[in-house]
Parts: sequence; structure tokens; C-alpha cells
Amino acid sequence: MKTNDLILQTVTKVAAFVIILFSLSIFLGGHYSPGGGFVGGLMTSSAIILLLLAYDLKTVAGILPVDYKLFIASGLLLSVLTASGSLLFGVPLMTHAFTYVDLPLLGHISLHTAVLFDLGVYLVVVGVTMTIIQTIGESE
Amino acid sequence: MIETFKLIAGILILLGAFLFLASTLGVIRLPDVYTRNHAASKSTTLGVTSILIGTCIYFYAQHGHFNSRLILAIFFILLTAPVAGHLISRAAYNTNVKLWKNSSEDDLEKARMAKRKE
Repeated sequence: MKTNDLILQTVTKVAAFVIILFSLSIFLGGHYSPGGGFVGGLMTSSAIILLLLAYDLKTVAGILPVDYKLFIASGLLLSVLTASGSLLFGVPLMTHAFTYVDLPLLGHISLHTAVLFDLGVYLVVVGVTMTIIQTIGESE
Repeated sequence: MIETFKLIAGILILLGAFLFLASTLGVIRLPDVYTRNHAASKSTTLGVTSILIGTCIYFYAQHGHFNSRLILAIFFILLTAPVAGHLISRAAYNTNVKLWKNSSEDDLEKARMAKRKE
């Protein structure tokens, strides 16, 4: 019998966007409020896992045609580059810098190099989680 | 003014807690999976919504802090909790969990029988 997943798939279309937006919110707000790269990455991958539950592996690979192992590599590279970038300025490894800027639309915000390190953590977490889930899901 | 808002928030939170209690009693007392699922998914959705609205009102009145995450959580729970209940019920039906012995209507079974005859 053909399965009828219309309700789950329709709700997933709305809910996945909400989850991804919330994960970006807690990723970007990680410096001042609870959250950060790890939780944000886990929540982003949970949105993709929700898509995997509602549809199948091939459909999701068509929606997001990315290799998650590249996410791990680029995340690690970004973190190492951010950490070692401080050596160029003659300060110890992993010294971070920050500044305040006035942007036209966003107003008075602080830019910190720690967010680049956190972006690396985010990419590694998304890559590792999705690689594990997809590898287990594909095996017979 | 602040006291009025705090009173409204308190009433909403107590109402939500009462709905949780009613839902728990329903899960304990009702006879089969479908009626329990009915009790668990409906009244906890409303209970959690009213607790979150009460919390939102409290923090806005007391600290002047409007937490949009609570509004997002209300939207998300209203969106997903009934679907979760539907999926649990459907999984139970598809694995041939029996209805309560006194229930008289089973339209899905009739529809499937009609389809098999075609």
C-alpha cells in the first residue's frame, strides 16, 4: 500500500524553515545569550533530519546537494585559520580581537573574530551529525 | 497596571497547569491508545500555549522585556504537536492496535475494506 505522508510533509515544509531560522538566531546570539556554534549546528542538522524523516534520502540530496564531509574540513580549516591569524599581529595563538562598527541598516554592532571560530564549530557540528546520520541511513 | 498584568499572567499559568493535570488524568484513565492520544495531544497543546503566553506577559510587565522566542515557541508548538499526535495515532492504527471494545465507528477500516473489494 502506498503511504500517504501529506500532513507530515506539509508541516515539515513550514517547520524546517522555523528551525533553521531559530538555529541561526541562537548561533549569532551566542556571545551575549545562551547558545553558540554547537547548539546552532545541532539545531540546523535537526532541521535537515526532519526533512530526511518526511522525505527520503534522495529527495533531500536533491534539495541540498552538498557533501557534508567538506563541511567538516572547511570548518576545521576556518577555526585553524582564525586561531593562527593572530600570529600575524605578533600576539599569542588564539588571541581574538573585536571592534564596534556603525552599519547603515543594522546600527551599532560589535564585530568579533570569535564568531569566525564559532562558524568553524558550527560547520564541523553540522558536517559530523549529517555524515553520521546519512551513513547509518544508507547502510542496508 | 503592572499588578493587573501579573494577575493575568498568574491566571494563565495556573490554567495551563490545570490543563496539564487534566491531560495527565486523561492519559491514566482513558481505555485505549487513540483516546489517550486525544487527551494527551489536545489539552497539553493548549496548556503549554497558555503557560507560554503567561510567561511572555509576566516578563513584559515585570522587566519590560518582550521575548519573541516565546511567541515563536507558541507558533511552533501549535504547528507541530497535533501533527505528532496524528502520526502516533496513525502508526498505532497501521500496526493493528485494537480500538476500545465499546467504540462503534471505524470509518478508516470501512474505507480500506471498500478499497480491497475494488
